[in-house]
Amino acid sequence: MSIAVEARGLTKSYKDVKALAGVDLVVPTGTILGLLGPNGAGKTTTVRILSTLLKPDSGTAQVAGVDILKEPAQAREIIGLSGQYAAVDENLTGRENLIMVGRLFRLPKKIAIEKADELLAKFNLTEAANRIVKTYSGGMRRRLDLASALISNPTVLFLDEPTTGLDPRSRLMMWQVIRDLVSEGTTVLLTTQYLEEADQLADNIMVIDHGRVIAEGTAAQLKQKIGGERIEVRVPLEKVSQAAQALKTVGSGEVLVELDHLTVPVAGKGGAKVVEAVRTLDGLGIEIEEIQLRQPTLDEVFLTLTGHVAEEASV
Amino acid sequence: MNTNMKSVSAQYAAKHSKIYWLIHDSKIVAWRNLLQFYRNIEALFFDAIQPIIFILLFAFVFGGAIDVGDESYRSFLIPGIFVQTIAFAGASASVGLNDDMAKGLIDRFRSLPMNAGAVLFGRTSSDLFRGVITLVIMSITGLAIGWRITGGFLEAVFAYLLLLGFGFAMSWIGALIGLSVSNPQIASTAGFAWLFPLTFVSNAFVPTQTMPSWLQTIAEWNPISAIVAAERLLFGYQIDTTTGSFPMQNPVLMSVIWIVLILAIFMPLAIRKFKVATSR
Repeated sequence: MSIAVEARGLTKSYKDVKALAGVDLVVPTGTILGLLGPNGAGKTTTVRILSTLLKPDSGTAQVAGVDILKEPAQAREIIGLSGQYAAVDENLTGRENLIMVGRLFRLPKKIAIEKADELLAKFNLTEAANRIVKTYSGGMRRRLDLASALISNPTVLFLDEPTTGLDPRSRLMMWQVIRDLVSEGTTVLLTTQYLEEADQLADNIMVIDHGRVIAEGTAAQLKQKIGGERIEVRVPLEKVSQAAQALKTVGSGEVLVELDHLTVPVAGKGGAKVVEAVRTLDGLGIEIEEIQLRQPTLDEVFLTLTGHVAEEASV
Repeated sequence: MNTNMKSVSAQYAAKHSKIYWLIHDSKIVAWRNLLQFYRNIEALFFDAIQPIIFILLFAFVFGGAIDVGDESYRSFLIPGIFVQTIAFAGASASVGLNDDMAKGLIDRFRSLPMNAGAVLFGRTSSDLFRGVITLVIMSITGLAIGWRITGGFLEAVFAYLLLLGFGFAMSWIGALIGLSVSNPQIASTAGFAWLFPLTFVSNAFVPTQTMPSWLQTIAEWNPISAIVAAERLLFGYQIDTTTGSFPMQNPVLMSVIWIVLILAIFMPLAIRKFKVATSR
């Protein structure tokens, strides 16, 4: 197993804020690492350092064997970056944007144009290719931005919150694109605020908070740690305490009660647990107004891992 | 899809020198700036109309009130407005670069293996191109209201080159400001604010002799004054170069010195700033 990205002891402080307090990470070639955390946790700082935009205060980092601190120019030839905001020029057409990036990547003009058209087709933008980007939707801009990052066929791709602000359809589309890239051999490091996204895409997940890694592992390992999926039930208000007692036997952790809403983590097969919960409650004559099975939210992950909810640091 | 772009670009890159790539990359950035600019109809309109307004405003509003001796105020004034308008190229670089930074484009450029100076050279040279157009519009307006070039042909050519050189130098100051402030609103205020005292505390609109003596000294050592005096001289307007401070006695030499000095200081500073600039 070869290693595409390796960082050791990365630290970075801004005037009064410690953005990174010693981050180590390893991404094996051809896999996806998901950095999960709230705003201000240090996700963007990590991506900026690894994509040569920012110098860390200390630490080392290699991308595909290139020491990015000593040879940033060489590193830029093998990485692709798609930042948090679609970095596309609104006054150029989609096609012009890609050709510009291709030519700045020093592809000969003819190849830059070919490559631009190929990516426009791949990202479903051929029809809009000659329209000014101002007229694009958020999803289209995001896809164009990702296409710009791919013009060089990068070995390692850094994606900073690739689906934040996208509608569900565009998000699914983006996930598919990312999966395709990885199946072609690209290594991806992505950041996200959604556990679901990390779960869907990442081979390995690192949870970061206040510039530190607080948990890491595969999605399955992590879920085990934080108590798997959640069952959420709504029952008549007068039956809440009775229902809470009953759900204790179904769940793998504490039952959280909020008015007529009960939430309980479950281990193992979620679907079977829902059936079990329905049977138990029904057996007690408790009418179920609503029941659902869902992934834990980022808040719940943080509550379990750190004892506090995900808070936005003011960076 | 499996074409190895890395080796395509590496082979292509190795074929040419560093300077070639600086020019190549700068040209692409400048092309993009101009395309962006000329697609923005409003900006284009104001870019063309502003110099005309300036010339007419000063010529007709102040024209009668300001006494500059024998020659007409318009011949005195037009070179001053040329210099002032060209100096404002600095603000355009501030706003443009900061906008690129806010939109993440600077991050995109910096993640590419392109020449570090190219984004700034691209910006300053596209501003230079806009400067040429501005000068053409202003010259035509000037000629229409009675300004004439009474000096020699070569002197006039040199006068225009000096203006462009000065605009180019001012763009680099603007670039540094644009990369140093945190958002486009501040960039436009910071980019413009300092230009007003700079251009008004000079001989651009009034003779410095009417100022209090301490202010006169400042005004005469202001780079704007040297350039304006050089323009007047080169365009054939009679000015007195036998008395006064050194810059007023040697305005052309002093102008060249100022331009070289500004570039020598602000080019490296701006490029250094660019290398660490990121959005937010």
